[in-house]
Amino acid sequence: MTEKEIAQKNSLRRKFRLSEFFAEYVIKSVAFLSFAMIILIFVFVFKETLPIFSPQQETKSNQEFLQSETYGEEPGSTSPEQQISEYSSLLSVKRDIADLDNLTGKEWQPVGEVPKYGLLPIIMGSLKVTLIAVFIGAPLAILAAIFSALFAPKKIKELIKPAVELLASFPSVVVGFFALVTLATFLQDMFGWTFRLNSFVGGLAMALAVIPIIYTVTEDAITAVPKYMKEASFALGANKWQTALFVILPAATPGVFAALLLGFGRAFGETMIVLMATGNAPLSSLNPFEPVRTLSATIGAEMAEVVFGDTHYTVLFLIGSLLFIVTFLINAIAEFYVRAKLMKRFRGE
Amino acid sequence: MNNKLLGKSLIIFSFLSVVLIISALVFMLLEIYLGGRSFLTWEFLTQPPKEGMTAGGIFPAIVGTVLLVIIMSVACIPIGTITAIYLNEYSNKKSVFTRMIRFAVNTLSGVPSIVFGLFGLGFFIQFVGSGMDKIFTPDGELNWGQPNILWASMTMAFLTIPIVIVSVEEALKAVPDDLRAGSLALGATKWQTIRKVVVPNSLSGILTGSILAIGRGAGEVAPILFTGAAYFLPHLPSELTDQFMNLGYHIYVMTTQSTNVEATRGIQYATAFVLLLCTFSLSFTAIVIRYRFRKKLTS
Repeated sequence: MTEKEIAQKNSLRRKFRLSEFFAEYVIKSVAFLSFAMIILIFVFVFKETLPIFSPQQETKSNQEFLQSETYGEEPGSTSPEQQISEYSSLLSVKRDIADLDNLTGKEWQPVGEVPKYGLLPIIMGSLKVTLIAVFIGAPLAILAAIFSALFAPKKIKELIKPAVELLASFPSVVVGFFALVTLATFLQDMFGWTFRLNSFVGGLAMALAVIPIIYTVTEDAITAVPKYMKEASFALGANKWQTALFVILPAATPGVFAALLLGFGRAFGETMIVLMATGNAPLSSLNPFEPVRTLSATIGAEMAEVVFGDTHYTVLFLIGSLLFIVTFLINAIAEFYVRAKLMKRFRGE
Repeated sequence: MNNKLLGKSLIIFSFLSVVLIISALVFMLLEIYLGGRSFLTWEFLTQPPKEGMTAGGIFPAIVGTVLLVIIMSVACIPIGTITAIYLNEYSNKKSVFTRMIRFAVNTLSGVPSIVFGLFGLGFFIQFVGSGMDKIFTPDGELNWGQPNILWASMTMAFLTIPIVIVSVEEALKAVPDDLRAGSLALGATKWQTIRKVVVPNSLSGILTGSILAIGRGAGEVAPILFTGAAYFLPHLPSELTDQFMNLGYHIYVMTTQSTNVEATRGIQYATAFVLLLCTFSLSFTAIVIRYRFRKKLTS
């Protein structure tokens, strides 16, 4: 082999270039950041709730939480004798623990002689507002998506989409403001409610926030239905609405279901609207026209006033973890289950 | 016959819901504009609040929001863009690593904004900030370990990164493979192709993503509730460790926690209108850019 041939062969081989190598690995590590973020969020939100899951004694006073930087770690470094002595000295201290009994209680009264951290009323509140929002928003959003994907002329379609996008860009604090100032007063004047701010007002305002997401996902699902299905239906003599109702919509059902789930998740975690428009009273009643307090609003309203590391603080982080888990599960279901189902359907069972 | 009725009503009701949604949008806009119209003066935009927040303007809140958004952009736009480049150009679509990142991005975009706030408090302030304080000021002085504009911006960046990623990736996907193949055939390396061909051709997507992220960052309040926003500050923030005022937060406290809620209604409306104007003009620009981009592609 001559030297020239060797050179030629080498030139065809992929050369190692430092800049290429460098670029790829920098890009790869930056991409890894978003995964790291999820892990960080998970770790740091849960870390603060750990004191609840470790065995609690009444000796664990606020003082101890405040001083130790590592309150995320398991306690138990103190000997039993020490604990007993601390017990007796702290018997007079207010009982501020969040065990299972307290957390499943029916009252949320974090400030008081005996703080009560019953999550039941605020979980109920969240569900109430979220369901109202989805029940009002979903039909509107799904119907609007059907209209813009199937019936609307192109010109109108190009008007609807930006309008919904603008609605999506409405800051939730402005929606909350609108609900608090205008909507609540208007509805109270109309129906004569005892409470101006109640879960219905909150739910109605929240509907405005879930409409864009339900609309977008539903519309995507409808446009993702393969064209041949539509054409086959037309070829069999079906007209526009028959095709829509009996061919396209059934095919897009999993997507619509995903839209509902995502809308539910969005509403469940939304903070500013409920913080401003629902009255924020932790009542456990099923009446939609009474004030409620939701999980997210509880964090938003109380976190600014708690002492770092005390039980109340920990319980608020527990609520945050709850929100995180619920929305995580909802998104995961919407993502995996529905996508798998859609794929299966369009490829033919 | 019954079916026909069903079909007709489907069309009618779907049309009505479109009308309803759009009129709700228009009504909200009008209501907020009309409520704040008389307060929208030049002085309102350029003066700090006066007389215990019952008069004066919202200048510090505007500055605070702008600063927040700028610091946030410095973090979220590069990270989002690079992640999108990785996902679309480098990644092996089926590898576990890619799936992990995709899953993370999807999850991240679904995390409630208040949870980001908690995370900012637990991670940036309690962990990073306090850690920095321990190193730089061992005498226990609080410097970084408290709410400030840097931590608020970083928290907000976490929230907006998925928006950038989704938007940039869409633009990258739209770059025809012919262009990539052409560049590679001319002897350019992969990185050169990305830098000189792919990225310049998807600039509009990067721009759209950035604008959408900025709009979102300007409007969100929940993540900054306890990571740096302040009710009232006599000075504009001058350092990263300062707290800041924010338009959205201003609306929230003025409507729910100020001493005289009714007397400041006009200010509240006007502030809401200014915030709306910001986010609307941003998302409108994004929509226009994307629309033009799509048109260019299809023609």
